[in-house]
Amino acid sequence: MIASLRTLSGGRIERSRVLRFSFDGRAYLGCAGDTLASALLANGVHLMGRSFKYHRPRGVLAAGSEEPNALVAVYRDAGRYTPNLRATQVELYEGLEAQSQNRSPSLAFDFGAVNDVLAPFIPAGFYYKTFMWPRGAWQTLYEPRIRAAAGLGRAPLEADPDRYARRYAHCDVLVVGAGPAGLAAAAAAAAAGARVILCDEQCEFGGSLLADDAAAPQLVAGRPALQWITETRAALEANPRITLLPRTTAFGYFPHNLIGLNERLTDHLADPPGELPRERQWQVRAREVVLATGAIERPLVFPGNDRPGIMLAGAARTFLNRYGVLTGTRVVLVTAADAAYRAALELQQAGVFIAAIAEARTAGDSPCIEQARAAGIPVLTGATVLGTSGRRRVNSIRLARLKHGEVSETHTQPCDLVLMSGGFTPSVHLFSQSRGKLVWDARLQTFLPGAPAERVRSAGACRGVFALEAAVADGAATGAAAAREATDPSRTGVRPAAALSRGAPAADASSTPADGGPGFAGALPQPRGAHARAFVDWQNDVTTRDLALATREGFRSIEHIKRYTTTGMATDQGKTSNLNALGIVSRTLGKDIPQVGLTTFRPPYTPVTFGSFAGFARAQLFDPVRTTPMHDWAREHGAVFEDVGLWKRARYFPRGAEDMHAAVGRECLAVRNGCGIFDASTLGKIEVVGKDAVAFMNRLYVNSWTSLGVGRCRYGVLLRDDGFVYDDGVVARISEERFHVTTTTGGAPRVLAMMEDYLQTEWSELEVWLTSTTEQWAVIALQGPNARRVLAALIDIDIAAAVMPHMSVATGSICGVPMRLFRVSFTGELGFEVNVPADCGPAVWQAIWEAGQALGITAYGTETMHVLRAEKGYIIVGQDTDGTVTPEDAGLGWAIGKSKPDFVGKRSLQRPAMTSPDRRQLVGLLTADPATVLEEGAQVMAEAGARAPTRPLGHVTSSYYSAVLGRSIGMGLVSGGRARMGETLHVPTPSGDVPVQVAPSVFYDHTGARLNA
Amino acid sequence: MRDLSAARSPPLVSANTTLRALAPATRYILRGGPHVRAAAEQALGTRVPGNACRAFVSGERAVLWLGPDEWLLISPQASAAAIAALLGAALKDLPHSLVDVSHRQIALSVTGPKASALLAAGCPLDLEADAFPVDMCTRTMLAKAEIVLWRTGTEEFRLEVWRSFAAYVSQFLDEAARGII
Repeated sequence: MIASLRTLSGGRIERSRVLRFSFDGRAYLGCAGDTLASALLANGVHLMGRSFKYHRPRGVLAAGSEEPNALVAVYRDAGRYTPNLRATQVELYEGLEAQSQNRSPSLAFDFGAVNDVLAPFIPAGFYYKTFMWPRGAWQTLYEPRIRAAAGLGRAPLEADPDRYARRYAHCDVLVVGAGPAGLAAAAAAAAAGARVILCDEQCEFGGSLLADDAAAPQLVAGRPALQWITETRAALEANPRITLLPRTTAFGYFPHNLIGLNERLTDHLADPPGELPRERQWQVRAREVVLATGAIERPLVFPGNDRPGIMLAGAARTFLNRYGVLTGTRVVLVTAADAAYRAALELQQAGVFIAAIAEARTAGDSPCIEQARAAGIPVLTGATVLGTSGRRRVNSIRLARLKHGEVSETHTQPCDLVLMSGGFTPSVHLFSQSRGKLVWDARLQTFLPGAPAERVRSAGACRGVFALEAAVADGAATGAAAAREATDPSRTGVRPAAALSRGAPAADASSTPADGGPGFAGALPQPRGAHARAFVDWQNDVTTRDLALATREGFRSIEHIKRYTTTGMATDQGKTSNLNALGIVSRTLGKDIPQVGLTTFRPPYTPVTFGSFAGFARAQLFDPVRTTPMHDWAREHGAVFEDVGLWKRARYFPRGAEDMHAAVGRECLAVRNGCGIFDASTLGKIEVVGKDAVAFMNRLYVNSWTSLGVGRCRYGVLLRDDGFVYDDGVVARISEERFHVTTTTGGAPRVLAMMEDYLQTEWSELEVWLTSTTEQWAVIALQGPNARRVLAALIDIDIAAAVMPHMSVATGSICGVPMRLFRVSFTGELGFEVNVPADCGPAVWQAIWEAGQALGITAYGTETMHVLRAEKGYIIVGQDTDGTVTPEDAGLGWAIGKSKPDFVGKRSLQRPAMTSPDRRQLVGLLTADPATVLEEGAQVMAEAGARAPTRPLGHVTSSYYSAVLGRSIGMGLVSGGRARMGETLHVPTPSGDVPVQVAPSVFYDHTGARLNA
Repeated sequence: MRDLSAARSPPLVSANTTLRALAPATRYILRGGPHVRAAAEQALGTRVPGNACRAFVSGERAVLWLGPDEWLLISPQASAAAIAALLGAALKDLPHSLVDVSHRQIALSVTGPKASALLAAGCPLDLEADAFPVDMCTRTMLAKAEIVLWRTGTEEFRLEVWRSFAAYVSQFLDEAARGII
């Protein structure tokens, strides 16, 4: 460590706790309490990055989150690599590894710097005008090169191993920013009994006061500033109704006072416990919001203003007073605001030589100037800067005075640090995000919060109240007012009209000059005819020349100029550059700044990790994984599962080395020849109960339900009001007033929602109620010629064909467990579905499994179920229908209760287009070669060899190999399909056309003899 | 014939100091108008809440308001037949719906001084004692699962969770507890 760059004492670092860290592989020492930036500066390292476009050497400009230059990557391991962090916000820890960015091969020597030489050829918007020829080179040459050159840090390629958390919170008053105004606001709101959340992006509370000179402290409420912070914080900590969130950035202001906060929990730790989340995103719903977000010092725009060693005056104060770092030994200040003088005097006190202050203002009446001169510092008023020199660190500055646009005198000052101040820009980002109006303040040369659109107030520097005492008083008054309104018992959700005037601009005239006050927006004057390049946006390398070019080319609105030049579009969103850009454009166009306009402030205030937004929703918690009661049995028996919505369903049960084809073939034959057992628990189930239950069902489903007797089942079809098939399922009448309705697995929630919607909004007179019973029942399907024999031994009711025919339902018990037994079939075989209370499912399943062993019982999965139903031509809604299929199209016209006066979708079915003979109808498709299995989704063409743009007749919806038939089967939606029986059509495939014959869609047991056995 | 009526397999949930699964219970969803509410109150001897989001407990029975015409009845497992008989008789002539949902959902208990902070990791409601007092209940979301949340004590919540979401909810609460508890 170069000890001489640290002050002897003072600051908020722990000098006794020395930390080792590295930057670009080189080892350094710092102190606990340092940021990466302050530690590097203490080591004499100013060069911390390369600029985006010209690869110019850059050092720190600022000391906080507004830093545009010193973007670094912090490396913990391959997955924990965070690019584009501001070195001024990276807290130092033992072993920290940081890397510079946007340079090759090294920060000191960067090939990309050739861009700086080429700068005249790559002005703003150059990429709109070049790369036009040859055309083919765009994809092969230009775009890949440009992509490689664009962007700053690189993203890690490994999965992020860290945890991220989420917290929802509510409060009376959310205070954003824990500087003097914010602390006072939180204290006042707490005193009024409000529930308060106070957050601040820094690791400790205090804001600008953390940079206070402890040797000559400012006083707050009669106490030294730092003491006041400690006491205020302690009082807040003792109050259980206050939540204090340091290291927490309010990144976005969303409608209805929802504010997004990102809390960084472990990034500052040398060895973060893996248990702890790295970040926690808070979504706070606040009754009232107090913004105490402070102000950001504005740089000055002059030629060569971007060299390492040129920084904001306030930043140098922060490095000096908070971190005990001397950022230079021979200093020149360039200023257009009073704030810089305090920096000059404090640095001088610390033993730094102040070579000169260049005061851009001509009026020499500021008391600051006298004070500086009294301290022996030469002040050159009415000054400007013609340029600077120094490659990796500034080594001199050319000051000048102008007269009528000509240089009248120049002074070249050797220096290793240039400090600048153009006044302060209040941080109105969040206020603007809340859709509050901003108003231009000509005296401060800045925008201030005007009429709010949300329940939000601004306090302190972020609304132009810069003087410390005034800001504290403003904070206290605002916090108290917010608490009063938040806890007002007469408060309603509606905004009182009077509140619209809240937070009116109150640029405080009592601000002492050193606290802020009038600022300067624009570029320092240059001699006539000079075309010097002065940086406006440090991060995106936008210069005064670029802005001039944009206005010359006809751009007038700042929104267009921003997009053309990219000013303010970097990751810092123009925190330090927007107002200077506005000032320059306004002067060029001869229009006032408010007429030039203001660009939009968008979330996030500073970049937020993707992990923070993902929160808990990753890996096993990405989505709920729903399993049935019999899931463990299936897993133990080797099931291969498939995702159906959120459910895991057993797809097939391979034995030994069987592939899916072999397993499914075996399972199909087992069902056809013996008995199969299948878990159908995921089917949606809705209990429709009430004296108007049958009326409700009649109005909703296409079928007629009046004629359905108790103890019988019917296949129901549900349409949307546009007449297209929405869902289907078996409906059982349990009693006169009780229906057990089943839906598709995926359709369960939406069918219940649709039913409830009709009931509440259209038919509220019906006395019928709905209850979801999907998860009440475990459903075990037993299908095949032996199903009855397997089941009969276990149950207490008679299921002989005469007593319990196909499509009937009975209640009874199985092994003592109450059961609803359905005789239904989705396979075409004799079949039952045993419904038992879900917790009893596994035991009943096991009992059936054991009872069936002698009869060859075989577990089968959804893939087998699909083949079996296709052999019978049963449709699957969503596979054989697609939201444009009517019941007639699907061959379900028979289900419609033709004599019913109405049902959902009935009128739509009568429209001419819905009855056209050309509609796509579901038919069977048989390939000429029985071994060929069509691809689902393939097009069906009338002519061999036909290709787009010839319109297809339709497409294949289902296609399988049928083991029992010994051939492939398929179904498809084909235009006028039912009139085409026997016709040969053609299905184009990558290996040539496959001829198919149109056939009925029932392929097996056409008479239904097996079903009714 | 074997009797499997006692062989129950509720879904597995992980348990820690704050989270545990409660015993299986009898649950009914009762739906109907104001007359049904009055008749049910009389038959059960338990207050049936008419106010939104309110739960009443009487002995081992609890009735939770879920909607203007919807209540969740919770009672010990063994009481299923008794409740069905009681209500069946009392509501015989009133239009209503009574559906057994004992197995549809399971109950989880979240207890401890940080219980509301833990739930706030996934539930967007204000769980402060003033805003969500003891015996308040509501349908809400816990992360991506729909639950019924019932505050049974200052530091005690009961979650009614559909059984297939139980594993997700318990895993979620385990993960969310890191850094809180």
